[in-house]
Amino acid sequence: MSDLYRIEGLRVDLPLPGDLLSALLPIRRPRLTILDQIDLAIAPGETFGLVGESGSGKTTLARTMLGLAAPAAGRLVFRGADLTGRAAWAGLRRGSAMMFQDPVGSLSPRMRVGALVTEPLIIAGRPIADRAAEAQRLLARVGLPPGLAGRYPHELSGGQARRVCVARALALDPALIIADEPTAGLDVSIQGEILNLMADLGRDQGVGFLVITHNLAVIRHSADRIGILYLGRLVETGPAAQVFARPAHPYTASLIASEPNPDPRRRRADLAIRGEIPSLLRRPAGCPFHTRCPIAVAKCRSIDPGPRAVAPGRMVRCHLAEDIPQPRNPAEEHSR
Amino acid sequence: MTAPLLDVRGLSLSYGPVRALRGVSIDARAGEIIGIVGESGCGKSTLASALIGLPAPGATVAGEVRIAGEDFLALPEARRREWRGARVAMVFQDPMTSFNPVLTLGDQLVDFQHRSPVPRAEKRARAAAILARVGLPDPDLALRRHIHELSGGMRQRAAIAAALLMRPMLLVADEPTTALDVTMEAQIIHLLRELRAEHQGAIVVITHHLGVIGELCDRVYVMYAGEVVEEGTVDEIYHSPRHPYTRALIDCDPAHIDGPAGRLPTIPGRLPDLTGTLRGCAFQPRCPRAGPRCLALAPPRVAFGPTQAAFCHEAGR
Ligand SMILES: Nc1ncnc2c1ncn2[C@@H]1O[C@H](COP(=O)(O)OP(=O)(O)O)[C@@H](O)[C@H]1O
Ligand SMILES: Nc1ncnc2c1ncn2[C@@H]1O[C@H](COP(=O)(O)OP(=O)(O)O)[C@@H](O)[C@H]1O
Ligand code: SF4
Ligand SMILES: [Mg+2]
Ligand SMILES: [Mg+2]
Repeated sequence: MSDLYRIEGLRVDLPLPGDLLSALLPIRRPRLTILDQIDLAIAPGETFGLVGESGSGKTTLARTMLGLAAPAAGRLVFRGADLTGRAAWAGLRRGSAMMFQDPVGSLSPRMRVGALVTEPLIIAGRPIADRAAEAQRLLARVGLPPGLAGRYPHELSGGQARRVCVARALALDPALIIADEPTAGLDVSIQGEILNLMADLGRDQGVGFLVITHNLAVIRHSADRIGILYLGRLVETGPAAQVFARPAHPYTASLIASEPNPDPRRRRADLAIRGEIPSLLRRPAGCPFHTRCPIAVAKCRSIDPGPRAVAPGRMVRCHLAEDIPQPRNPAEEHSR
Repeated sequence: MTAPLLDVRGLSLSYGPVRALRGVSIDARAGEIIGIVGESGCGKSTLASALIGLPAPGATVAGEVRIAGEDFLALPEARRREWRGARVAMVFQDPMTSFNPVLTLGDQLVDFQHRSPVPRAEKRARAAAILARVGLPDPDLALRRHIHELSGGMRQRAAIAAALLMRPMLLVADEPTTALDVTMEAQIIHLLRELRAEHQGAIVVITHHLGVIGELCDRVYVMYAGEVVEEGTVDEIYHSPRHPYTRALIDCDPAHIDGPAGRLPTIPGRLPDLTGTLRGCAFQPRCPRAGPRCLALAPPRVAFGPTQAAFCHEAGR
């Protein structure tokens, strides 16, 4: 009810990339299911981390949430309003903003920072009494000094340029910002700067975030809740701290275990996960993860596990969620 | 101790006014995996280009890059070309760089062996064998494929196969896992570890990712603004870093922080301008420990035991 954005039973089909002939002929091209059975809710001021390897459907989900791709089934609800008619979508457009991948590359090199951060207001036709004052207000919200308003993008550090992108996203005072790989290409020394800023905006200014990433480390310390996407399905959702401490899906556990550890005393000897993600064209029968799962049993190959609650607020799609090997205690591992 | 297989002494490289490398000295012994780590712009890829004797056109290079005792940079280009492949080979962040998109993988892997006197069929068999070795599921089929027909992880495996084909003494890998998802990254790390056991030479892994260093390397060089600021075994660097930059870099790594952190640490400021002369320590404007000497004098090399050293006025205090 009080959800900022809610998704129920979403399915998204996209046309298969066809050859020239099929593009010319007026036949409907076959469509491929990219996302299926997606249920997800983001609360006001919450940071939700959506994790998945490339091709899992993260960007498609973001585009669908913003009305840039059409759902084949399911419900999208923004601030209590079903996103069906034009009025509802207009409300979503007013209340949300998107930060695409490589936002810095999309900053016009010939515009000064002050003009860049207020540009979304101009584009939206929103009247501003004092553009310079508005620029100062936005720079302050992202912790940039007022003097930066006169600079050009190439005169900014990597962290400052990203902050300018966040300021642009904030220009129309959205309740929800969808950020696709917000720290991609950033050095670790400034990655924290952007993640801290998003946490502050959530906590102090009530902005909700959907942070999309293929990098678990990015959301480990900044997301309130996370969802793990595999072949277009959410295989696990729950509070970030709980999921990291006790993953319920073998895929989540494998992802956590695959993260390279900077501590050479905690080197892992075996591989967390073998093989590659299967093609969407050849989605495995039964559990879509069974081809790579280290604990799969016979029923995993034939029966698709439905979603089930394993704890309050925690959902998992796995027949064997109770049996999955937990991340080993690194201290024990070292002493062996 | 055997003489180092790779011995780089006082290497400097400038792109016009940009002094991208300033007096870099590193070495690697046979069987070793050494890591080069630092933020973007620190000069890691520039160092890689010098290690394979392929600096960007117009770059000014000074210093020595000795491989098995011979100074690679002093050789005429024709000899360098012979060395590439046989003595030193490179794996790039983008595996497409290693291949021609219009040729099949098999034709290229045969081509790469053009200096070998064996018959073509044997070269093809060797190509298939090495593809199998790096974990391509159906090597004979893969030989008939073009590079873009492979997945990202398989492309990087193929690039590693191409690099190892002529059994180079030195393998240089510049950000080999940066473009990959975490599960593919883990597989490539695992593969490089296995190969190190068979490969008689040395491997230089260049990365901005401390996790890759921790999982893979024996020794590490930390670079900042075109200089090596600290060197040591991977354990020394991670567990007792002596340079404030190394310390700060480790502190920022989210994987270093156990449990919810609240706020993530950062390194305020930015890399110095690499044009013109740098006075004192290059890290001084961002350094929490900087004192008056750091502003005026180039930092001394301070050794901590036989394997660790930091270039810092404050490191020994
Ligand atoms: N416009 C499109 N038409 C057809 N297939 C698409 C389109 N966009 C993406 N896909 C496919 O959908 C899947 C998910 O893509 P995407 O949402 O971009 O994943 P991610 O962002 O997680 O990498 C991929 O297999 C991709 O090839
Ligand atoms: N071909 C080139 N021409 C001019 N400047 C370059 C060139 N290649 C790199 N640089 C500059 O040299 C410095 C080091 O770059 P690079 O070696 O790519 O660092 P890293 O790999 O650590 O990110 C940077 O300031 C970069 O802009
Ligand atoms: S359902 Fe089976 S195959 Fe799927 S994740 Fe769980 S154990 Fe693995
Ligand atoms: Mg994407
Ligand atoms: Mg580089």
